[in-house]
Amino acid sequence: MTDLSVSVSSASGPAPQVPLPEAAPKVTARGLNFYYGEHHALKNINLTLGTNRVTAFIGPSGCGKSTLLRIFNRMYDLYPGQRATGQLLLDQTNILDPKLDLNLLRARVGMVFQKPTPFPMTIYENIAFGIRLYEKISKSEMDGRVEKALRGGALWNEVKDKLNASGLSLSGGQQQRLCIARTVAVRPEVILFDEPCSALDPISTAKIEELIQELAEDYTIAIVTHNMQQAARVSDKTAFMYLGELIEFDDTNKIFTSPSDRRTQDYITGRFG
Amino acid sequence: MNPIYASRRRKNVVIKFLCLCAAAFGVTWLALILFTLFYNGLTGLSLQVFAQDTPPPGSTEGGLRNAIVGSIIMTVIGVGIGAPLGLFAGTYLAEYGKHDKLTSVIRFINDILLSAPSIIIGLFIYGAIVVPMGGFSAFAGCLALAVIVIPVVVRTTEDMLGLVPNPLREAASALGLPRSLVIRRIAYRAARSGLITGVLLATARVAGETAPLLFTALSNQFFSLNLTKTMANLPVTINNFVQSPYAYWKELAWSGALLITLTVLALNIGARILGAERTSK
Repeated sequence: MTDLSVSVSSASGPAPQVPLPEAAPKVTARGLNFYYGEHHALKNINLTLGTNRVTAFIGPSGCGKSTLLRIFNRMYDLYPGQRATGQLLLDQTNILDPKLDLNLLRARVGMVFQKPTPFPMTIYENIAFGIRLYEKISKSEMDGRVEKALRGGALWNEVKDKLNASGLSLSGGQQQRLCIARTVAVRPEVILFDEPCSALDPISTAKIEELIQELAEDYTIAIVTHNMQQAARVSDKTAFMYLGELIEFDDTNKIFTSPSDRRTQDYITGRFG
Repeated sequence: MNPIYASRRRKNVVIKFLCLCAAAFGVTWLALILFTLFYNGLTGLSLQVFAQDTPPPGSTEGGLRNAIVGSIIMTVIGVGIGAPLGLFAGTYLAEYGKHDKLTSVIRFINDILLSAPSIIIGLFIYGAIVVPMGGFSAFAGCLALAVIVIPVVVRTTEDMLGLVPNPLREAASALGLPRSLVIRRIAYRAARSGLITGVLLATARVAGETAPLLFTALSNQFFSLNLTKTMANLPVTINNFVQSPYAYWKELAWSGALLITLTVLALNIGARILGAERTSK
């Protein structure tokens, strides 16, 4: 236990044991349940994503962390037989409302996936495409927005001379930052990251982690990761999930130094998972 | 050498040899067909073939102009009707109806249609269109070709859209794209060359079809652009000329066969190039 607290605090800098100030709630789940057909995948989840906070979700494979993330933007709605019950609010909007316009919800809650998914078009179009869905702006204005988004994705300097190259011609790490830029471009309020670095090399991973912390100044961020060091490095709050339940949800420093649940402690010390 | 490894190597040599023989066996016939076609067809292939219409019996003057034009017209209209229908149906199967029970039924029926002998389709159009309309017509020929095009395009469209990775659709949805735009702007774009390949292959397939035209467009000795009347076309003309006693007609039939083969070859090579482009991207 002492070993661990040393290694974590060295990764995330000196760890003050004072609790984080409460942030205004952005996403609130109360009694949230999720079912894949008959399978009860998430059980009675209660948590709040604080505005401009980075919340990390950790836990062993199959614990439901990705499932939970995919409820926040109703991604599960693409597939039949999947349903959620309980309450889930984005500010005052009920995310689970069957009458909710999903396209507008997804414009407010963006998502970055495990594998980079650039669209089969130019780098420029990858960004402009999403913007055009909601705004009619001039070419020069669009150029500005594309540049801003690519800067936001920490990609501008690498691609500014080849905006008309295919998005697929970029390296894996660049593709992932393109996807982040694309998500940022439509000005969402929340960004969901579903294991965004698991297909990337360490250098690309470091860049993305840095980017996530910068993005937290403007966005509310939720990140699913199976890399505990990553959770410790990038997040303010950490949720530990196990077998579809939210076991513990607290300040990241507290989770990694003095977790209150035995299972959390076992997981972060590597006894299972 | 390890005896198990040695026997595995011997087996490998034998199987490799058998595979080579099988490949050579298949390619030999193709080469023979192409050689015979070129040998017999090239001599008669002159400007006259493209400039003059099919000759009357006994004449040694004439070409295949009306048949070539008729074939192009009917193929283009047939593909023009069949390809969009096939694309729409294939899109339904791959995108909207992916989780429906109806989809597997449609797919099964489509597979039957895909392997149905084309003469059956010719007879079907004969019964459904030619008889009620009171006569053979180029339009009926177009429909028969369209019916052959549809299942081919349905199949390739569904397969090609199926190759578009699902995370790409999810990523597009996550940006707030409605379903129709995800399909039109993302899935079609990602599968574009595959979709075009499917249409090209379907075109190649119907370009040489004889049986469905035999019962529908029949043939016409003269030049005609009237869709409600019979229309000359290469496959039926070849069929008729080959069975004739006239040496010149037979020569023209060889030229026609060469033309069709070259067209089909060109379409297939085009499809190949597009396919290669897709995989290299």
